Amino acid sequence: MSRFEYAPAPESRAIVDIKSSYGLFVNGQFVEATDGKPFKTVSPSSEEVLAEISEAGPADVDKAVKAARKAFEKVWGPMSGRDRAKYLFRIARLIQERSRELAVLESLDNGKPIRESRDVDIPLVAAHFFYYAGWADKLEYAGVGEDPQPWGVAGQVIPWNFPMLMLAWKIAPALAAGNTVILKPAETTPLTALAFAEICQQADLPPGVVNIVTGAGRTGQTLVEHPDVDKVAFTGSTEVGRAIAKSVAGSDKAVTLELGGKAANIVFEDAPIDQTIEGIVNGIFFNQGHVCCAGSRLLVQESVYDEVLARLKRRMGTLRVGDPLDKNTDIGAINSAAQLARIRELSQIGEDEGAERWSPECELPAEGYWFPPTVFTGVSQAHRIAREEIFGPVLSVLTFRTPAEAVEKANNTPFGLSAGIWTDKGSRILWMANQLRAGVVWANTFNRFDPTSPFGGYKESGYGREGGRHGLEAYLAH
Amino acid sequence: MTTLDSGVDSLADVTSSEDRLRRFLLGLPGVDQVGAEARAATLSTRSIKTTAKAYALDLAIRMIDLTTLEGQDTPGKVRALCAKAMRPDPADSTAPQVAAVCVYPDLVATAKHELRGSDVKVASVATAFPSGRSSLAVKVQDTKDAVAAGADQVDMVIDRGAFLSGRYGLVFDEIAAIREAAGDAHLKVILETGELVTYDNVRRASWLAMLAGADFIKTSTGKVSPAATLPVTLVMLEAVRDYHESTGLHIGVKPAGGIRTAKDAIKYLVMVNETAGPDWLDPELFRFGASSLLNDLLMQRTKLATGHYPGPDYFTLD
Amino acid sequence: MPTKAASDKPGTRLEVRKTYKLYIGGAFPRSESGRSYVVNNAKGKFLANASQASRKDARDAVVAARKAFGGWSGRTAYNRGQVLYRIAEVMEGRHEQFSSEVALSEGLSISKARAVVDASIDRWVWYAGWADKLAQVVGSSNPVAGPYFDFSLPEATGVVAVLAPQDSSLLGLTSVIAPAIVSGNTVVAVSSYERPLPAVTLGEVMATSDVPGGVVNILTGSASEVGPWLASHLDVNAIDLCGIEDPDEARDLEAASAENLKRVRRPAEEDWTESPGLSRLTQYLELKTVWHPIGL
Repeated sequence: MSRFEYAPAPESRAIVDIKSSYGLFVNGQFVEATDGKPFKTVSPSSEEVLAEISEAGPADVDKAVKAARKAFEKVWGPMSGRDRAKYLFRIARLIQERSRELAVLESLDNGKPIRESRDVDIPLVAAHFFYYAGWADKLEYAGVGEDPQPWGVAGQVIPWNFPMLMLAWKIAPALAAGNTVILKPAETTPLTALAFAEICQQADLPPGVVNIVTGAGRTGQTLVEHPDVDKVAFTGSTEVGRAIAKSVAGSDKAVTLELGGKAANIVFEDAPIDQTIEGIVNGIFFNQGHVCCAGSRLLVQESVYDEVLARLKRRMGTLRVGDPLDKNTDIGAINSAAQLARIRELSQIGEDEGAERWSPECELPAEGYWFPPTVFTGVSQAHRIAREEIFGPVLSVLTFRTPAEAVEKANNTPFGLSAGIWTDKGSRILWMANQLRAGVVWANTFNRFDPTSPFGGYKESGYGREGGRHGLEAYLAH
Repeated sequence: MTTLDSGVDSLADVTSSEDRLRRFLLGLPGVDQVGAEARAATLSTRSIKTTAKAYALDLAIRMIDLTTLEGQDTPGKVRALCAKAMRPDPADSTAPQVAAVCVYPDLVATAKHELRGSDVKVASVATAFPSGRSSLAVKVQDTKDAVAAGADQVDMVIDRGAFLSGRYGLVFDEIAAIREAAGDAHLKVILETGELVTYDNVRRASWLAMLAGADFIKTSTGKVSPAATLPVTLVMLEAVRDYHESTGLHIGVKPAGGIRTAKDAIKYLVMVNETAGPDWLDPELFRFGASSLLNDLLMQRTKLATGHYPGPDYFTLD
Repeated sequence: MPTKAASDKPGTRLEVRKTYKLYIGGAFPRSESGRSYVVNNAKGKFLANASQASRKDARDAVVAARKAFGGWSGRTAYNRGQVLYRIAEVMEGRHEQFSSEVALSEGLSISKARAVVDASIDRWVWYAGWADKLAQVVGSSNPVAGPYFDFSLPEATGVVAVLAPQDSSLLGLTSVIAPAIVSGNTVVAVSSYERPLPAVTLGEVMATSDVPGGVVNILTGSASEVGPWLASHLDVNAIDLCGIEDPDEARDLEAASAENLKRVRRPAEEDWTESPGLSRLTQYLELKTVWHPIGL
């Protein structure tokens, strides 16, 4: 060997034990679905079928809601906050104990690199349960009155990009506040939610407190429209969020929605350049760009445009695309054939509209769903790739001349989830942060998450916050 | 101050006056500590196995400046070290030699004699190492003595006091003077990053040293804690990479002090590979200033070759 | 407004009546539609002709509110508190007028009407004081597990459409406008249909109490007519449906509001004399979380 070529370093699959088929988790038990058609979940990096999954039909959803209602009224609602807390602490510990297994399972089912599932997703999952566990017996200090009450039964629908982390964002605060839940994981990534069901069993969580119903959009719709659901929480596309907001109109259901984004990542000429390049890369290529808050619009001050682009391209050349279970992989597989088709379509539109497309040389595996890290230059605000959420490893680069122009371009979108600012000037950071209409502003960093830190959008990026005290508030009637 | 005839046209202006030099150094992009450390931490999660590990272990051995810089150093100690440098693993003739032996100036002659006929170079610290607190005349003489005694490479220290008080011209002139005094010897400029404290300073000092004629920039004397760290080395690798972009010249990097395990050494090699690039994966452009690191590399090498874990008793102590 | 028929007796005079107009962008236009409608008192006797706002008036009001948003939300919290307090001061000077209008509109005795005006003025004072406390109460500093300073601050949502209560023509109206504007939102309010007069007078107070034009826009007319245009307007960020009494209508407005994910406050039983609490105030806030590394 004459060059330093990293040999394959795959994380072992032996640690996970995937069953050939899974039922629904209702009232503490795995049960057969009664009225849905089973479907398959595949590994997006190989198209290998991992397991057969049950689809929950209306009767199944109804059973799950009844189980949750009963658990809310008989067990979880009356239980002391102290004991609810202890169940959540137990769950947090079980997640830590099984963290490597969960990370491998997540990477298999979702396609994300093991480095991320191992170092980001699963540690954050445990951290969320730890954080909200501590709230369960302190609700009167949450700032929503002296005797805050849970809504009751929460119906929660989550996406496929951070399957288990989104589960934690939903379930941990809901249970801490005293609600019981029915959670529907995404059709393409149900496995870690089903593993979580086992964890609930290992924790001796009372039956019905957590119910997991698998299925596609129809199952989710049945759940959020079920008349005995008191609280709806959804993370996913703005299109579906809008449909949910319509469907709950006129009801008493409380709703929180965490939807799409088209974040501007704004680079000034005095930015700490090497960390900025890392931030741009992390902003758009983290999790294959399957991130609602991804920094998908790079706004670069014209005076440093050439330098930033050259450095970015050089850095993109070192990204390692491939087997999600390889510990040296930076970019894994696109989650599904449908998502890959959408990324391809929008990228083609970018080219057709005259933007210049560039990707580093990288060999993509023959099997599975893959898309190379891609950057579009010569993009203007009018291009569709600058306006629509691509939800893939595709960056659109625009330029600006003054801070005011940067703000104007950044805010010129119906979304308002996140934004990034890169500059060494403190007062400019605070001015920019103040002007940007976005729920999360990362300055000299990007894509950081923490259970104590509220997350959520302005405008069509949804409403309500997840994380922190504010995330707890979303599960308390007030 | 003097300008160097280094053929660096694009940067010639920068060193034409102290004022310009200051403005250039202060105008370098900042380094965000948290971001730099996060990048170093991410790189250190790379998993280097099997063939890649075998390659990295041998490369790391070839990059070692096997070092002894103690008040209690004696010719006997240096002779033993030189024997080890030339034949690191007496039980395995395939183990490569290290790059150099690094000693104080008064022991250069001993080392030179011991290493005669081998490819192992002699490096000498100089310039009132490690504090650098002496007159320029003494530092120049120190350097000349080392070279006269046969040093192939000189590891000088910068005047950190001058640097921290903003007298960049003084630091520049001193490096340039030592550069001249060292003649044909390779010049490694020790920044003593543990005393510069901030990464902004590390980046400025790196550029200052390169502009003044360094062949290598080196993190530490080993006498100040912290010595070499991954993020400090990251910032220095970025500096040599950017300097190469501007000038076409390759400057080497040498982390020194505190690197004791093969695992650590491999993290550095990953960082070199993914920051400065594969060109720098060469003893001509990257060195480890270390002593105990060698035995751990040899142990890992044996493990890889034999499939079982060896013990320290099977490797020589020198 | 008409009182007893004027007589020619010495010492009496024919009063000068007021024209009740809309309040949009700091000006008092009639409805662009040219329409007006008869406003009677609680006993069915003619009080005035009020302008009947149209969808285009609503559109103009939204434009005015959006234009005012940047400046108003960009003011210091201290300044907004001062301006709200100024509203209370100016209302105090018009106490008799408000009392008379409330008495006639709501069919209250003059003493009960005075109590309503007292409560309305006091409500402005209460909300004025919130301006520079809100961020401290609902914001947070977040102890993230890493070298970052992380804080969350409330910010105004934007343009808020308010379909004001039909019954409580002044206290109710105050209780729905004040919590929206104190944090920096701008408002397009549709007043009580049958009891619009105190709303118009409140507009006159706004115009004379340092409230920048466009921050509060008041439309008189039918919430059922104008409401759907506001609910479906893509440049309105939030809507308060408290003045909608028909549940089906409220549902439809909520569904229309989903088009741009408006923050919707559903109609509910409200007792405007109760202490309002924070829920309306926080309804029209966005929480912004800012991260920055902590390093050398």
